[in-house]
Amino acid sequence: MEDVNYLFQQCINGLQLGAVYALIALGYTMVYGVLRLINFAHGDIFMLGAFIAYYLISKFNIPIYLVFAITMVCTAAAGYIIEKVAYKPLRNAPRISLLITAVGVSLFLEYFLSLKFLFTANYIGFPRPFEVEVYDLSLFTITNIQLIIFAVTAVSLFFLYLLVYRTKYGKAMRAVSYDQEAAALMGINIDATISLTFIVGAALAGVGGILYSIAYPQINVFMGIMPGIKSFIAAVLGGIGIIHGAVLGGFVIGVSEVFVSGFLSSTFRDGVIFIILFLVLLLKPSGIFGKRIEKV
Amino acid sequence: MKALAVENLEKGFGGVQAVDGISFSVEEGETVGIIGPNGAGKTTVFNLITGFYRPDRGNILFYGKNIAYLPPHRLPRLGIARTFQNLRLFGKMTVFENILSAMLVQGRYNLFSAIFRWTDYFVTESKAEEKARKLIEFFNLSGKEDQSADSLPYGEQRRLELARALALEPKVLLVDEPGAGMNPIEIQGLVQTMKEVKKQFLLTVVIIEHQMGLVMNISDKIVVMDFGEKIAEGTPDQVKKDRKVIEAYLGEEPL
Amino acid sequence: MKFFWEARKVILPAVLVYLVLKAIFGFHLVSGYIEQITLFSFIVILTSLGLNVIYGYTGQFSLGHAAFYGIGAYISAYLSKSLGVESILGFIPVLFLSGVSAGLVGCLIGVPILKLRDDFLAIATLGFGTLVRVILDNSDRFSEILGGSRGFVGIPRITNLELAFFVTVFLILVTRNIIFSRYGLFWRCVKNDELASQAIGINTSRMKLMAFSYGCFLAGIGGALYAHLYTFLHPSNFDILKSIDFLIIVIVGGMGSIVGTIYAGLIWVGFIEGLRIALPADMLDLRWVFIPLFLIGLMMWRPYGLIRKGG
Repeated sequence: MEDVNYLFQQCINGLQLGAVYALIALGYTMVYGVLRLINFAHGDIFMLGAFIAYYLISKFNIPIYLVFAITMVCTAAAGYIIEKVAYKPLRNAPRISLLITAVGVSLFLEYFLSLKFLFTANYIGFPRPFEVEVYDLSLFTITNIQLIIFAVTAVSLFFLYLLVYRTKYGKAMRAVSYDQEAAALMGINIDATISLTFIVGAALAGVGGILYSIAYPQINVFMGIMPGIKSFIAAVLGGIGIIHGAVLGGFVIGVSEVFVSGFLSSTFRDGVIFIILFLVLLLKPSGIFGKRIEKV
Repeated sequence: MKALAVENLEKGFGGVQAVDGISFSVEEGETVGIIGPNGAGKTTVFNLITGFYRPDRGNILFYGKNIAYLPPHRLPRLGIARTFQNLRLFGKMTVFENILSAMLVQGRYNLFSAIFRWTDYFVTESKAEEKARKLIEFFNLSGKEDQSADSLPYGEQRRLELARALALEPKVLLVDEPGAGMNPIEIQGLVQTMKEVKKQFLLTVVIIEHQMGLVMNISDKIVVMDFGEKIAEGTPDQVKKDRKVIEAYLGEEPL
Repeated sequence: MKFFWEARKVILPAVLVYLVLKAIFGFHLVSGYIEQITLFSFIVILTSLGLNVIYGYTGQFSLGHAAFYGIGAYISAYLSKSLGVESILGFIPVLFLSGVSAGLVGCLIGVPILKLRDDFLAIATLGFGTLVRVILDNSDRFSEILGGSRGFVGIPRITNLELAFFVTVFLILVTRNIIFSRYGLFWRCVKNDELASQAIGINTSRMKLMAFSYGCFLAGIGGALYAHLYTFLHPSNFDILKSIDFLIIVIVGGMGSIVGTIYAGLIWVGFIEGLRIALPADMLDLRWVFIPLFLIGLMMWRPYGLIRKGG
């Protein structure tokens, strides 16, 4: 019985982490869809979200829903600016140039924000915006933090779904990721659509950053690197460019990571995630929901 | 002697049957043209013969040997070379290097000869360079050896691709729409070149072409495809009169 | 075998440079620190050259080059420590073996991941780099002397001017000879157009694997020299930032240019170490603010090379 409880508990903890990964993975997968770019800076947007929320809570003490709203606006702006300044000039450059630029943007954000007069390179305790409560459901326990994470993730996914599948902007995004040239010929504004994709992705990463910091209340300018890479792996696992794939991938990666920590050793969890990546790339590079394409 | 025989070849992509049980054969020394409307499956046949696609079913015999399931890089060694519909040159490399690389594929020295500069390195390299220069001369590209391939005008790029394929010293040459994007005068030149090439290199040629003037002029035999199937086969004159062919082309191009 | 005869134009100046360096170091005209970073710059050139073979010549983008550098460093240090190697003569087989091991590891992981292209290859090599980092961090679980996250200490100091200089010159010549042979030509074909390469009979997966393994071999040699120059290894010396270092050197020097890589390696080490002297300690963090900006600038204006206009 003990073991079963432990197993369930680890599942819940894994889903909590997975929810955050899913939120980040969405940004990766959507940007990859429209630009064919692994936006390495996306993990840093997530970090930025955590820091903005930290300042909003600790310095201004404003209600939590406003923290979410302001953070989302700020990270969305950051995503928009990064795309306009760093990626747009390279729209016609080889993909590797764009990728290297993305790595550059990521490093710049990390090291610039780690300067002493900004966020510094130290770990900072993230203030809990509310008291933690634990509910015992006999099979496992669940905290209000976890409930909030699940609820916020669900709401975010719902709105994302509405945006992508029920509005013309979403239709434009899907069209651009299907075939950019054809979409342009149909009169879709490519630049605006790409900007919108970055804005939406960055806003979701901002939400992810807050949720992650509430659950694991230690923040640092380099905190975005590993969750960023893992979320990208989640996006690949689900099938890059596919929205529900990113969500599923996020949960799978989150649960696997927690299982490795819980049943094996936490030092190996990063290694295991990359082994998952290698397996996916070897066995089905197009991911769980991806289709195989043969091309000459 | 049959140089190439395609037997009941099938290939589908998703729901689309691109090549649907096609068979034809090419005698040694013959020039065979494959024609058909857009999307008829001509290039797919080429990609199947040259190993870029794996057939779902069927055989491809090259002098009696089944080559249908070989990877593409094995075929030039056997004696099959191809060109591409949308030119595939090594754009950032020079004209000379484009040809030399094809020459050296069959080269006979190993990595250690290369590192320590053993004699067979020098012998192989100088032989290949000499042959490459001759080929460049034959294709009227002399003086442009050191230009990068993508700096050449379109017509010369076409010639360079043909030269590179011939550098492999193939027995069978597959040419995919050599006349694409050329004007009638350039086509005339191309017909001339193709005829000379054939004579000079003793080749068997399979050619896909939309330009009827070109294909009718140089082919001994024509295979007509439509919707992945062979609808007619025969000499240019026979094919021109074929009912099915006229139907397939009606409104597209007068023959 | 005309190896040395062909290379005479390189060997003569190289010997001259060696004699000058020997004199400068012999008469203590520069500090031991300068001496050390001079040797280090050779190591950086060698390792970057490996990445240039992989990325610059063959077009296979790798973000995990430092991992192979680290593998070479750790294997050589483990071998020389457990075998008690202390002399140069004893070290040469260790050096070679470390390079071969790094090359072999490159070959093993290259088989699956070199099927991937561009960005997926980037993420896979990055993943491999992280995996190696995790293993090095936990290496004390396998063998105590590897040190794990505390670092590998007490490696004998064997790398000297002669070793670092002549190994580097020799391997540069070897690389040059490979580049100017059918293999180098095929690598460039693969980079230009993989399908066309197959169409002329190049076994592209074999060529990619060969270039990748050879590049990793050079990194392994570089790592082994590094371990026996600084006598201390830490897993953080081999993380992604280090890979980015090598990448910047390749791009600054020019993709597919050996000479460019040599200049860029010298300039880069000089620049980074110069900043260490010029900037006060608390301003050092600024380096990694400006390096990424520099990298972004390169991508916008000279994505293939600054010193040499690579392609």
